[in-house]
Formats: sequence, C-alpha cells, structure tokens
Amino acid sequence: MLKGLIGKKIGMTQIFDEDGSAVPITLIEAGPCYVTQIRTPQTDAYSAVQLGFEEIKPARLTGGQLGHLNKADAPPLRFLREFRVKETDLKVGDKVTAEVFELGDHVDVIGTSKGKGFAGAMKRHGFSGGPITHGQSDRQRAVGSIGATSGTGRVFKGKRMPGRMGNERVTSANLKVALVDADRNLIGVRGSVPGAKGGLVMIKEARKQ
Amino acid sequence: MSDEILRSVEAPINENIPDLRPGDVVSVHVRIKEGNRERIQEFRGTVIRNRKNGNNANFTVRRVASNGIGVERTFLHRSPRIEKVVVERSSHVRRANLYFLRDRVGKATRLKQKIKRK
Repeated sequence: MLKGLIGKKIGMTQIFDEDGSAVPITLIEAGPCYVTQIRTPQTDAYSAVQLGFEEIKPARLTGGQLGHLNKADAPPLRFLREFRVKETDLKVGDKVTAEVFELGDHVDVIGTSKGKGFAGAMKRHGFSGGPITHGQSDRQRAVGSIGATSGTGRVFKGKRMPGRMGNERVTSANLKVALVDADRNLIGVRGSVPGAKGGLVMIKEARKQ
Repeated sequence: MSDEILRSVEAPINENIPDLRPGDVVSVHVRIKEGNRERIQEFRGTVIRNRKNGNNANFTVRRVASNGIGVERTFLHRSPRIEKVVVERSSHVRRANLYFLRDRVGKATRLKQKIKRK
C-alpha cells in the first residue's frame, strides 16, 4: 500500500500534545493528490505510483501534459512525482488525501534545501577557519592547506572547498506525524523540513524505522 | 495566507491567565500527571519577565526556596498544563525584566507595592 503524498511547506509553529508538552511542528499542505499513472514491471521494468498535486489552470499546461492527465481523469495538475512501491491497490484516477497518514506515523520528508549561493568552506563544510590572533591577516575564514607540494603534485578529487551550497534534494528522515487534518489537507510533522515556505515536499513512509 | 493556517492550528489563548506584569506576585496552578493521577501544584513567586510573542508567549516566575536558593520557572501562556494564575499583589517597577532580583537577597528583594486604582 502506498503511503506517500506531495505537499507544500507552510511553515513552522508549535502545538501541545495530549500531555501538554510543546511540540515543534512543520505544517505541510499535503494533497489532495491524484494517481496519474501506475508503473508496472511488465510495462516499465519497475513499479511505482505517479501522483499529481496542485490544480492549476489548463492553459498553464502543454497539450501533452493535459492528455496524460486526461487519461487518468485527473484535473490539470502542476506537479507529478513518482513513488516507488512494491505493490499497490490504487488505480489510475484515485484520489490520495492526508488521511493516508495517522498520528504517530514516522515519515521521511524530501524537499529542496534553500540555496545559499557560493559559500565558503566554513559554512559549507564546517571548517574551523584560521587563527584570529598571533599576527594573522586575511586568514579568519580561509580554507587552509589543500594538499601537499611535489609529493603528490596535485589536489585530490573531491577535496572540500568553497562552492555552491544548498538548492539540492534533502531528506529529513524519521519525522513523527503530530497533526493530521484531512478536511483541510494539513499534515504536521515534528521537527524541521528542508526548503523554504511554499516549497514542494514529498512525504513518504519512513524507510528506516 | 499561510500564516493564517499556522495560527489556526496553534493552541487558543488560555482564558485563566490574567494580564501579567513584571513585579506581580502570582501563584501558578500547574497540572501535574503522576502515573494515572493528576494533581495541581502551586508555584508562587514574582513575575520577573513577561514575553508577549503570540503562540510562544511565556512568563518567568522567580521564587526563593529554602536555604535561599532561587528557583525560576518559565511557563508558556498557552500551555494546557496551566490550570489558572492568581495575581496576589502588584508592584511598582521601572523595568520590563527584573533580572536585578537575581543578585539580591533577603530584604533587598522587596518591591514597592502598587495599589490598583479604579
């Protein structure tokens, strides 16, 4: 059975659980999602369920996209994402809502992290930088040595250096579902979720529980 | 819009907490769960800080326990664990945060009482 949804991050807040402790949660507007295609080993050499999320004006989609959604009897949808499943009883055209998750479930939330631009080695890799005192100048956030001299004669591949940071796929694993509001398509998970407010996230059943 | 959704899932304002001001002597009635039994514990002291911050609004109560050990407890305004708060006395203070009380002992911790006018 598929336990997955596509959603939009709304933001963070805190709520109280039944024994009165404050729980930090991230609210996600999850679903309603439509099953737009089922991948099977016979036709596609792997099995997955394709879900669509967020209704938009038909004029925003191309003819091909509309045709694909028409086949599934789904409204015009902005995002399509696939969820790998072993087997499923879902059929094309089915609607998946926030109800698939229950309070206390553990989920993985996948999103795109906020882009940090060209970041230095301290921010990007947690380097310590250089000494602040002892007559040092221009060394406070420096990378330090990047390798030996003539012994190797080159810089190793994968050497951690400054560069683009963020704006990549990140999974927040094993978050507990702390709030489910099926009427308003809301899911609250304990803890933080990658990405900015309004960012697209995928919610899946936790892989490592 | 998204903020409205966030506000809608947050806990409602606790009606049993009156308007608190720094310097108030209050007793906070806290629900405590012990196994299956629930009882009410009173924490009596001076409000040294009151932070109004929407869902995260909180206030800190300071009291001096036995042996002159200062105890401070911070409560969330909207916490369901707070049964009620009773203001027993108000004081005339000129600061929002009464951290200076931490450095004072005994008689020096007294605050001038403020009589509420109608």
